[in-house]
Amino acid sequence: MIDFEKYLRIKKFPLIWCTGCGNGIVLKGMLGAIDRIGLDKNKITVVSGIGCSSRATGYVDFNTLHTTHGRAIAFATGVKFANPELTVLVVTGDGDATAIGGNHFIHAARRNIDITVILYNNWIYGMTGGQVSPTTPHGMRATTAPFGNPEGSFDISRLAIAAGASFVARGSVTSPVKLSQYIEKGIRKKGFALIEAFTPCPTAFGRQNKMGKAIDNLEWIEERTVDVKKAAALSPEELEDKLVTGILVDVEKAEYTELYDKLVENVRDKPVDLHVPEREVVLASIAVAGGEEL
Amino acid sequence: MTIVSKANAGPAKSAVRVMTGNEACAEAAIAAGCLFFGGYPITPSSEIAEVLSKLLPRVGGKFIQMEDEIGAMGAVIGASLAGAKALTATSGPGFSLKQENIGYACMAEVPCVIVNVMRGGPSTGLPTLPAQSDVMQARWGTHGDHPIIALCPRGVRETYDFTVRSFNLAETYRTPVILLLDEIIGHVNEKVTLPDRIRVVERVKPGADVTEYLPYPDTDTDVPPMASFGEGHRFHVTGLVHDETGFPTNNPEKIEHMLRRLNRKIDRHADRIIQVEEDANENARIGVVAYGSTARSASYAVRLAREEGIPVSILSLLTIWPFPEKPIREMANRVSDIVVPEMNLGQLAHEVEWAACGKARVHRVNRIDGEPIHPQHVLDAIRAAARGK
Repeated sequence: MIDFEKYLRIKKFPLIWCTGCGNGIVLKGMLGAIDRIGLDKNKITVVSGIGCSSRATGYVDFNTLHTTHGRAIAFATGVKFANPELTVLVVTGDGDATAIGGNHFIHAARRNIDITVILYNNWIYGMTGGQVSPTTPHGMRATTAPFGNPEGSFDISRLAIAAGASFVARGSVTSPVKLSQYIEKGIRKKGFALIEAFTPCPTAFGRQNKMGKAIDNLEWIEERTVDVKKAAALSPEELEDKLVTGILVDVEKAEYTELYDKLVENVRDKPVDLHVPEREVVLASIAVAGGEEL
Repeated sequence: MTIVSKANAGPAKSAVRVMTGNEACAEAAIAAGCLFFGGYPITPSSEIAEVLSKLLPRVGGKFIQMEDEIGAMGAVIGASLAGAKALTATSGPGFSLKQENIGYACMAEVPCVIVNVMRGGPSTGLPTLPAQSDVMQARWGTHGDHPIIALCPRGVRETYDFTVRSFNLAETYRTPVILLLDEIIGHVNEKVTLPDRIRVVERVKPGADVTEYLPYPDTDTDVPPMASFGEGHRFHVTGLVHDETGFPTNNPEKIEHMLRRLNRKIDRHADRIIQVEEDANENARIGVVAYGSTARSASYAVRLAREEGIPVSILSLLTIWPFPEKPIREMANRVSDIVVPEMNLGQLAHEVEWAACGKARVHRVNRIDGEPIHPQHVLDAIRAAARGK
């Protein structure tokens, strides 16, 4: 039995997430994965952007960084690259990661930097009140698509695969054990890992689309998804409008921070074309107290 | 993290060099202990990235060209929180893109240095030509009431010194520092003698007791000590208004308290942050206030005016934010006219007028055509003021 409380900032409860929201299940899956791997809490940094899912960083007892909208992966890149000893996880949503933050998402995958992105996909902007997102299916309603979404939607996992991620899995809160296993595999993977997690939002997405009860939203997720093994036996017509779940990519690829370390090893001993003055080190506390002229 | 020292940097190159401002900035960053650069190519700042892409791996530091300007600023903040002194360099349009995350660094009190090699604007503007068009953006480019420090060197050697000072101020006050070069300084080659010895400020770590750690406590100096990720403190960082615990708050008292301290942290130390250089003439009725490469033209104009028998004082603003209100007010008390040359339409002249408080007339010399302000332009304005026009 996992003691989840040791990973939580219980003082910050209750969560802001609504009744029927699936975010807690995804978060629990992440904590279970961390426990099974046996990671040191001090060596984990969780980075998030803006949105409902991104509020997760406030509730977990690690080094946590709640950034600007869409930029979690960029901040995480700085953390990981500056200190590769840290396990860096990103908690983000469909809008945060693939609309405003889409550029960082695809380039982190291309770079194959060792960051695990847990993307909570609820097909909607929940926190701001149910506006259309890049994953809202065509024809479904949102507060900014009152007559049905005229646009098509992203398949986020396929986007990550095309961009070069070394691990991509898609799960759902309707299969929480599998979802947690995917997250575990993603964290263990040395390289960019995406775990796309389908999660219901009965409040902002469901109510606008005739599934205001959480159970209806969950059933809708079940109807839309098909496991990768079952999908192999289905025709393209049968797979239309379906989202394939399971481990979609798991490959060994050179990881960015390790490649950079090798580059450093190769050039380090060569003479540097640089003037390096003697350095008198002053502690900031002394400097701020007026002890030193800066 | 590796500390740069003479040992792994190889034999020191001669301290007498011919180099550009951009090169001086890059070398000074290494000297100051910078171990992280995240950037995006943009004229006329790209050489800073190019030089650091060569130098940083050699001293054990990290260089990354990010996918865009916004990401570069984000990576710099992340790296600083992981414990590295971090730098980015950009120009006008890129500086605009970075603004949201610069505000984040102000709010979360993350030390970092942003170099903006100013080019002509607005928009894509004049990529290869000089301007001083971002002095107000440096102050108010990001939303909300926030403190900022911005330095403005006049040449290559000062670019070296001010780069080091930018890192020192960032670490001292836990704040982003903006170093404003302009295209002239970024690209001009000057003969310089680099310093043999510099003063380098290192971050203050909180105590070893990780259980009682508050990331944003009240302190005597209003600057809280800063832990790095991975050292056992497990703190929360957010751009939301937060209390001393680092977690968001909607409590009006706590909001007021935190935002007041954030601004006071720089305001109360302004006298020590502000540096100006005054070349005063006792009999002067005319003063010149200038900054950046324009201060070089202005200094020469002042010399020519004195040769003509017009006594003139000149005040060069080396720090432009916080604004050097006091020395300008003192100058306004002594002179009748102040000439303010700028490669913009008078962005700092407004501030000079405000500081002069009606005690002296302010005359603007402005140029926005991508050409530098020549000494003759400033001299003409000094002569006109001397004739009482």
